[in-house]
Amino acid sequence: MRFPFRSRAAAVPPVTPGAVPGPQDEVLLETVGLTKAYAGAAGQLPVLSGIDLTVRAGEIVAVLGRSGSGKSTLLRCLAGLIPPSSGTVRYRDTPLTGANPGTALVFQTFALLPWLTVRQNVELGLEARGVPPRERSRAAAQAIDLIGLTGFESAYPKELSGGMRQRVGFARALVVEPDVLMMDEPFSALDVLTAENLRGELMELWDSGQFPTRAVVLVTHNIEEAVLMADRIVVLGARPYGTIRETVEVVLERPRDRDCAAFDELVDRVYRIMTGRPKDTRAPGRAGPGPDLDPDRRTVASAPLPSAGVDGLTGLAETIAHRGGSCDLAGLADELGLDIDDLLPQVDALDLLGFAEVHGDDLLLTETGTAYTGADGPDARAVFAAAALEVPLVKLIANSLGGRPGASVRTGFLRDLLGRHYTVEQTDRQLETATDWGRYAGLFAYDADRQEYRLEQRAE
Amino acid sequence: MTLPKPTPGRSRSPLPALSRASPPGRPRGSLPARTAGRLGGRVWVDLVVAAAVLVLLYLALRLGQGGTLRFSTARDAAVDTDPARLPYDALRSLLRMFAALAVSVVFTFCYAYAAARSRRLERVLIPALDILQSVPVLAFLSVAVSGFLALFPGSMLGLECAAVFAIFTSQAWNMTFAFYQALVSLPRELDELSRSFGFSRWTRFWKVELPSGMIGLVWNGMLGFGGGWFFLVASEAITVDNQRYALPGVGSYAGAAIAAGDLGRVGWAIATMVVLVIGVNFLFWRPLTAWAERFKNEQSEATEVQRSMVLDLLRRSRLPTALGRALRPVGRALNRAGRVFGTVDRPPAVHPQRRRAGDVAFALVSGGIVLWGLVDLGRYLAERTGLGVFGEPLLLGLATAARVVVLVAVATVVWVPIGVKIGFSPRLTRIAQPVVQVLASFPANFLYPLAIWLLLRTGVSIDLGGILLMALGSQWYILFNAIAGAMAVPADLREAMDDLGVRGWQRWRRLIIPAVFPAYVTGGITASGGAWNASIVAEVVTFGGTTLTATGLGAYIARAAEHGDHPHLLAGVAVMSLYVVALNRLLWRRLYRLAERRYSL
Repeated sequence: MRFPFRSRAAAVPPVTPGAVPGPQDEVLLETVGLTKAYAGAAGQLPVLSGIDLTVRAGEIVAVLGRSGSGKSTLLRCLAGLIPPSSGTVRYRDTPLTGANPGTALVFQTFALLPWLTVRQNVELGLEARGVPPRERSRAAAQAIDLIGLTGFESAYPKELSGGMRQRVGFARALVVEPDVLMMDEPFSALDVLTAENLRGELMELWDSGQFPTRAVVLVTHNIEEAVLMADRIVVLGARPYGTIRETVEVVLERPRDRDCAAFDELVDRVYRIMTGRPKDTRAPGRAGPGPDLDPDRRTVASAPLPSAGVDGLTGLAETIAHRGGSCDLAGLADELGLDIDDLLPQVDALDLLGFAEVHGDDLLLTETGTAYTGADGPDARAVFAAAALEVPLVKLIANSLGGRPGASVRTGFLRDLLGRHYTVEQTDRQLETATDWGRYAGLFAYDADRQEYRLEQRAE
Repeated sequence: MTLPKPTPGRSRSPLPALSRASPPGRPRGSLPARTAGRLGGRVWVDLVVAAAVLVLLYLALRLGQGGTLRFSTARDAAVDTDPARLPYDALRSLLRMFAALAVSVVFTFCYAYAAARSRRLERVLIPALDILQSVPVLAFLSVAVSGFLALFPGSMLGLECAAVFAIFTSQAWNMTFAFYQALVSLPRELDELSRSFGFSRWTRFWKVELPSGMIGLVWNGMLGFGGGWFFLVASEAITVDNQRYALPGVGSYAGAAIAAGDLGRVGWAIATMVVLVIGVNFLFWRPLTAWAERFKNEQSEATEVQRSMVLDLLRRSRLPTALGRALRPVGRALNRAGRVFGTVDRPPAVHPQRRRAGDVAFALVSGGIVLWGLVDLGRYLAERTGLGVFGEPLLLGLATAARVVVLVAVATVVWVPIGVKIGFSPRLTRIAQPVVQVLASFPANFLYPLAIWLLLRTGVSIDLGGILLMALGSQWYILFNAIAGAMAVPADLREAMDDLGVRGWQRWRRLIIPAVFPAYVTGGITASGGAWNASIVAEVVTFGGTTLTATGLGAYIARAAEHGDHPHLLAGVAVMSLYVVALNRLLWRRLYRLAERRYSL
């Protein structure tokens, strides 16, 4: 089905994406050497670096990465919403100077205007282009029908369930028939069942050739989602900043079956890529990725603290211990129903503390890790304290206090220090983790009112 | 009265306006605090801007003064106090109020939009707003009157404009703050959405930006409107340069009745005022706030929503739909015309060095103008009175400050327990809230005659009684916010306290005071700002042939305004603004930060 209104590229013959090769090879979006940096305390802090990405007609490209890998930033660069710091973004060979005319966005948070009805929300993009009301409402009606929203036209977004809201988000983006549909974690705000249903319907639509766009860019942190939907998965690495770590072609037949061995194998492979510690992403002039380095040479800059509380990392360590000291990461995430965004920080934390190591697909408990899970009460804290003292930031705070009862370290000092390597949010998160670890280990106390670390006052 | 910067939006209480609830995703807290964060909280910015405002006032004064020479037609200030005239007078007053509201809305759109869009203007406009709302408007009423009279010589239009201007100054600042905040805290996705669809600036404003700011605008408009009655009453009958002017209106009617010492007619005026306040609330603000519910940017249906009978009636009738259909072509034409404003996309890349140069040039030019103004002002003051003119108001300010402090303290001790009691009981809340709303917007200066009568009977000096007069208008904000704060305390916290047997003083110390504290601070800021402003009319009061004058800065300003003594007026206003700003910075803002950090629920 084609919509009556077509804004651009009227000469382009109707295509059935995904099915037929041929004119499909046409390059729609292209980035060359794209870099994006934000101003930090001491100069520019890069979040993306050297991204070369091509999106061709007829394909679904998934950009996969953990939080902080800059995947949303990349999507916004492609959509022309933020200018790259260097490099170019081209849409059909034209470098972007503003919002990309050939893309439409689907947001994680839906971004519906709560004061407009479903129909009015869907018509927004057409209205902005000055489409006459009659045509507008016809096109909107068709998009609403296509996306399964019939009957909900006059509802306000707040009356709808999450899944229905995201359908409005899809209809709103599809009605303008963009060349490339940009999806920013479109299913991650939905519950598992709703997400699965919506994903399935969307893929059916794509496979049937009724999809009114010619390509899709999907940003996600969900590996299975990427393998299920994409023709190509671009894995972004987070350390030291977003670079393309690897690109994986997905050649599975559509519709894809989650239960087949090939699917599982691919999921495992992507897992390995994401948890692995590649040696080649080291940028010139910068310290390499941290945790693999010799502990003595780790610095605050090279070994950032993950957002993992003591409770969570202890829970993971004990789970591994229960399974005999080693387990398969992908299987574990699946079993516990955890997103990799929930799991990976804990894995990093265990790795940083020297409690566990990643080997291929597996997470292995080390000797200290086993000692930690085996001990309880004060002994566990002692093991943890010894391990935490090897972590650069915790060590830095403890050393600055120097064991002097009256001494204090102001967070401002640490912020200045970390600000040279991390954004404000990253700094905040790391200090939060350091505080949590240090408090549990009994290494120092933190006074939130005065914003300073002190030695813990022990009751005699 | 200086109202606070309420940021309503999420609160489900019928009194959200003064509660501290802010919409999700937006920075919480008062605007001054927030702005301070955004602008780096630099003292020198404040100083420069304060100087600029002072220069502006001075310029207005000089210009107005030039005009005063041109007219000398003594206007007959005698007002007919026949009660039959009251309906007509009331309508005239109402018209002034709505004219001021319209002006405030237009001002808000322009000022807030400019501040939100231009980085450089923001640096100046927002601190200026902060200072402007601390300037005692009443003091400048006389200046405004002479200025507008000069603009429209020999016509009542000047007086009308001055009255509208006075009301405007009581409404505009808060509306502007609220709208500016909505503009700068527009959810990121909505900004991205508008840009990705290539909305024109016009479309973006009406479809995205205005709706997101609508709730703040409506609630602050309503609060400002309530405060505006006070200024209406003060501005309809006024003495400038020893000459009395009066406009037909309920304020001047009351003024004349008070001057004649006729308590019966004062009673008529009060009754009219009550009808006006309740009527406007019922017919205009309640429907408007209920309608604004649809702009709540929340993704779930609120449990308790604003309702209005009038709005329900309108919604059921076919008239609005028909009107909407008739106006649709106009809207379409406007939309097309609005495209001339262009589209918003990412700003063109500017070289940091050129940007810096631009900033410096901007700072130099604006700083230069202010400096020149200051020098001229200094010369003017030195010529007229010498710079020692600031000494007296500084001393008198201490007296007024003492009154404000006593007022806030007493009002706190009295009203917080009552407010908490009301807020904890849904039944009491339902009964008390509408009453408190009317009390808060009822112009306190209407009640002054009664209070003076009381003072004369009991023989209490005005130096002390002035506190009571100032409190008449400003204490309600403390009650208001105590109620809202208590309503916001989660039921499970109260149940936990019951369960643990936490009672009496311990309950107050551990639960109630900390939980109500943030709302209380909002109320305290408002009450203290309102009290300063009220001191100008409360420290000199006349009833019948008796005039009572207290020792204080308010009386000093009132006297200077009445005699057209501009150097003293300027000094008085500057000093009072200084006191208000200093009190805000040194006390209230710190309390606010504390509330945000430690006591937010």
